[in-house]
Amino acid sequence: MLTIADRVTVLRRGRSMGTVPRSGATEQSLARMVVGRDVIFRVEKQSAKPAGPILTVEDLRVLDDRGLDAVRGATLTVRAGEIVALAGVDGNGQSELVQAITGIRPPVGGRIEVDGVDVTGRGVRAAGTAGIAHIAEDRHRIGLVLPFTLAENLALRRYRAAPLSRFGWLNPKAFFTLAKRLLGAFDVRGGDPGTPAAALSGGNQQKLCIAREIDSDPKLLVAHQPTRGLDVGAIEFVHSQLIEQRDAGKGVLLVSLESEEVRSLADRILVIYEGRIVAEFPPDASEEELGIAMTGGTVAAA
Amino acid sequence: MKLPPSVSRTGRALLVPLTTVVIAFVVAGLVMGLTGTNPFKTYVSIFDGTGLNWLFPWVGGQTRTIASQDLQQTLVATAPLILTGLAVAFAFRAGLFNIGAQGQYTVGSVLAIWVGTSFTHMNPVLHIVASIVAAALIGGAWAALAGWLKAVVGTHEVISTIMLNWIAIWVATYLFQENGPLQGKQALGNPVSNTLPNNVHLPVFWGNPALQGLDVGIFIGLAAAVVFWAIMNRSTLGYEVRAVGHNPDAARGAGINVARNYVVTMAICGAFAGLASSVDVLGWQFQVSTADISGSQVGFLGIAVALLGRNTAIGTVAAALLFGALETGTAADNINASVINPELAPQLTLIIEGLVVLLVSTDLIAVRLLGLPRRLGLGRPEPGADLAQALEPDDAAAQAAAVEGFDAGPATTGL
Repeated sequence: MLTIADRVTVLRRGRSMGTVPRSGATEQSLARMVVGRDVIFRVEKQSAKPAGPILTVEDLRVLDDRGLDAVRGATLTVRAGEIVALAGVDGNGQSELVQAITGIRPPVGGRIEVDGVDVTGRGVRAAGTAGIAHIAEDRHRIGLVLPFTLAENLALRRYRAAPLSRFGWLNPKAFFTLAKRLLGAFDVRGGDPGTPAAALSGGNQQKLCIAREIDSDPKLLVAHQPTRGLDVGAIEFVHSQLIEQRDAGKGVLLVSLESEEVRSLADRILVIYEGRIVAEFPPDASEEELGIAMTGGTVAAA
Repeated sequence: MKLPPSVSRTGRALLVPLTTVVIAFVVAGLVMGLTGTNPFKTYVSIFDGTGLNWLFPWVGGQTRTIASQDLQQTLVATAPLILTGLAVAFAFRAGLFNIGAQGQYTVGSVLAIWVGTSFTHMNPVLHIVASIVAAALIGGAWAALAGWLKAVVGTHEVISTIMLNWIAIWVATYLFQENGPLQGKQALGNPVSNTLPNNVHLPVFWGNPALQGLDVGIFIGLAAAVVFWAIMNRSTLGYEVRAVGHNPDAARGAGINVARNYVVTMAICGAFAGLASSVDVLGWQFQVSTADISGSQVGFLGIAVALLGRNTAIGTVAAALLFGALETGTAADNINASVINPELAPQLTLIIEGLVVLLVSTDLIAVRLLGLPRRLGLGRPEPGADLAQALEPDDAAAQAAAVEGFDAGPATTGL
């Protein structure tokens, strides 16, 4: 934006917050206009203490909706206790890769293992059982059933098991109890267990998704653009949750288009380009290095 | 747009359908007024014709006897409408538009009459049960075909169910027409099926069986509504159906097999429609003619019933009662001939039903009327509020399902 535009107009809640010439604008000043207060881009965290591998993806090949190659032989590993960020320009196979790992989209080749269990093409439930949780890229389309109540949304991964249901019959009380507990624990505001998810703000909707996924006590948390469209307060919450999960010894695979987010959260950065993992960087990689790798340029030493 | 918070949950759920019905009645009244009939007297006459005046304790003597017969008729007509309404409503909740209740009903009729007129040495109770179950199963299988086509090759269920309707209607006509394989032996020369023996009739528990009193079919309808509610709101299957109906992508993301869900949903819908046919065949028809097959509207009316009932069990029962009552109240021999030409009266039902479908399916009209004060600047504007929020959650769900059904593709625009 700052390189192309001559002038920048900021919209907030349907109103123009003003127009500034590019020369006077910095990322900080624009962010302030966007959210209405100062924004801290850096995240405080301890250094990672990674253990053994939790997720192993080998030579994975996945097709997109049109049947074209989207992931063309991706290989990557996520260890317990580390945040691995997958950086890349949108549309380089990130969505298909995540869908394959989480069991939504069957791959056409390769192998996915979670803590030693082969889950390749076994479906969402098998992936969940093996310990994969998934903060979906689009909470409105995939993460939540918006007209469902908060309780129903929180039950989405486990309504088939006791105590939420027995012999195929639901137990509304258990739904309520689960929702009460999670809404409190994750500080989801703006509704009670019976409120439709559509009535919540974007940040609280995302908290709802995160509450559901984290409460399943996963081994691997796949967070796909977890802060998209969120305000700063919610972004801080999401980031702290990801770090908390890492510190609790879980593997975190963060797929993000925001290089700032990638660099501040990741313990290792993988770059995906045209369906392959083309480079690995430490978190202190420069924006230029990442940018070159993300656009397919070759980098001397990674 | 938001209704004031003072309006209770039930109030909100009732408001839109009731407004719809009132508008439909007013418009139909205008039609009467413009064509020289007194709408008020006509509506009173229709009401008396429904037999609902039987509920008034002050109605006595001969009037009460007639009212009881009319009410029996109303409830006989209501039973299949509940069931076809449920057949459409269940699909709506899964985001499917089942236009095929008529075809599912038709194949159900064929099997109900075939089982009912064959195997004559069976125990009568078992025979009745077998006949009902056969109708429900074939209806379910018929509808599951459409679900299967959608699941496997992506055929839109609106197209496939319409086509299956025609196949069902013409196959049934072929079977019962003169010289058809299932034409009745007792009346060669008439295109009609065999007649059910007396012991395969549903028992009449109110009124005179010879005068088509009320048979137990109404209890089958009511029980089906309870089953509908239980499946939809208290079972994991219903949870999945609703999830798929609201958002198939999220359902898939949660590990729900969406394709399988479509097949199961349609099978359940078809079973309801099949039950509807068995209630008619074993309750009062006792034989099926080719004219019955081509003239029946019960399945199509189910669409109106489901829409007005907002795809809930209780709403469907209420809407079925309304349509059943209208049908009986405007029947030529129930209407007061000094008020309106008896030959015209049944058309009033069709006008009202058509208006209800039109208004419910675009129930923006009702919602907009309710929101008029705000848009005229009489209320406080509410940022971010929209139509979905004007409705209760379940309600918005039904709404979404209905709207999705209508918007699903160019194929539906002609309906």
